[in-house]
Amino acid sequence: MNAPSASSVPPLIRMQALTKRFGSGLPVLDGLTLDVAAGEFVSLIGPSGCGKSTLLRLLSGLTPASGGHITVAGRQTGETDDLAYVFQDPTLLPWLKVAENVETLLRLRRMPAAERRRRSAAALELVRLTDKAHAYPRQLSGGQRMRVSLARALALEPRLILLDEPFGALDEMTRDRIGEELLAIRERQQWTALFVTHSVAEAVFLSSRILIFAANPGRVVHDLPITLPYPRNHDTRLAPAYLGLVAEVSAKLRAVEESAGTIFTAA
Amino acid sequence: MNPRLLRWLLPVLLAAGFLVGWQVLHGQLSPSRRFLLPDLAGLIGAFREHGAVLARAAGYTGLAALGGFGLAVVVAVVASVLLASSELARTALYPYLMILQMVPVIVIAPILILWVGPGWPSVIIVTFLISFFPLVVNTTQGLLSVERAQVDLFRMARASRLQAMFLLRVPAALPYFFTGLRISAILAPIGALTADYIVGTTSGGRSGLGITALLFSARNEIPALYATAITGCLLGFAFVGVVSGLAWVTLHRWHDSYSPSDK
Repeated sequence: MNAPSASSVPPLIRMQALTKRFGSGLPVLDGLTLDVAAGEFVSLIGPSGCGKSTLLRLLSGLTPASGGHITVAGRQTGETDDLAYVFQDPTLLPWLKVAENVETLLRLRRMPAAERRRRSAAALELVRLTDKAHAYPRQLSGGQRMRVSLARALALEPRLILLDEPFGALDEMTRDRIGEELLAIRERQQWTALFVTHSVAEAVFLSSRILIFAANPGRVVHDLPITLPYPRNHDTRLAPAYLGLVAEVSAKLRAVEESAGTIFTAA
Repeated sequence: MNPRLLRWLLPVLLAAGFLVGWQVLHGQLSPSRRFLLPDLAGLIGAFREHGAVLARAAGYTGLAALGGFGLAVVVAVVASVLLASSELARTALYPYLMILQMVPVIVIAPILILWVGPGWPSVIIVTFLISFFPLVVNTTQGLLSVERAQVDLFRMARASRLQAMFLLRVPAALPYFFTGLRISAILAPIGALTADYIVGTTSGGRSGLGITALLFSARNEIPALYATAITGCLLGFAFVGVVSGLAWVTLHRWHDSYSPSDK
């Protein structure tokens, strides 16, 4: 059997002329053509209404596309077991203990109990919450709940994780820490990530690539590689290269928002 | 002061004050009108004299209430799952559920007697009619009140409708179900007592608290009527107590309504 050469490996995500429109207005996403290779960490950033979250919903099969094609690992969306989704809120089921919450999606897939427990224990260890396995969600802090939500996604052992502003509700310290943990986990398990955020600093810190979106209609206006080497850690945030990239991405994002008139529209 | 002690002491003190007030009020009435409000000795005397009758009647009414209540729970849960599963069913059936609640029991009581005969069958049906509505409304509301993101989570995992119902909607509905259950638990004994009053029967010695009250009333036994009322209250407390206990067992570990206070 021939090992495929690097260039012949098909992208994990392939979008072609992807369009989504609700009702009759401007499309929320307009003719998006984009590939994401396995192993990339891609952040989506842009003004509200630019279709970032819609893109995640399209990828997960929660909403159908109005036009174009989208495949994940070569399969239509909604037909693949290869992806996991982390929502803005932890969306834990309050009546289940932490470990049971982590097992929920595996249970829906009718996985045998022994395998479920093994995966749940492993995922909780990754997010360092093994000692909370038998606690109920209401006994946890906001950051801990989000880590359980992350563990629930990791337990699926997905090839692709979609994260929709998962850390937006957390305080800055917790947010930075959890971001570092996320990268540390990714060192051990090579999954691909699509990460929606409003924080440029967070996007630069986590990503290997940043897509800047513009709104009305939603489209990608900048596709920027982030060349900082992994592994990244707390020290990365102090590196001049990192700070330079944050400034550069911020400036581009600001230009996008100003050209769209979303900031300084005449009152 | 110890707050736990206070929690017991306050109601007890209030009850003591109430009884003293009662006794004083009795003394204030002119002797010819004192029969309207028997003193405590008279009340205790009534319990002594009619205790056995009242206990048996409470037993019958309690069983009838339990029958109607249990029937209401079973039918309401099945109906709620149906209503929550289909918007068509909701649109079609909701008006009739309202009508079920609006049925004036006193008016249909004679019809019920003709249909199923007096006594137990009629009492159970009336109790069912009275306690069904809060259960079905609250439970349906609960089954439908699942967070959007949680539904998305299940959709994304391609959960079946049955999985979404029994692993997501039903547990999420439990707090709502118990709200309905509490209301129905208060209504059921009152409903059974009232039903017994209207459609009960003395034949076969199967008289509940309603018939008993009717007899005391006919004989102008005022202290015995007070004793009957108190017995009815105790029956209601028993129902609400059991339901509250069940709610606590089911919900206290995870539901916010049982979370410890911030003190």
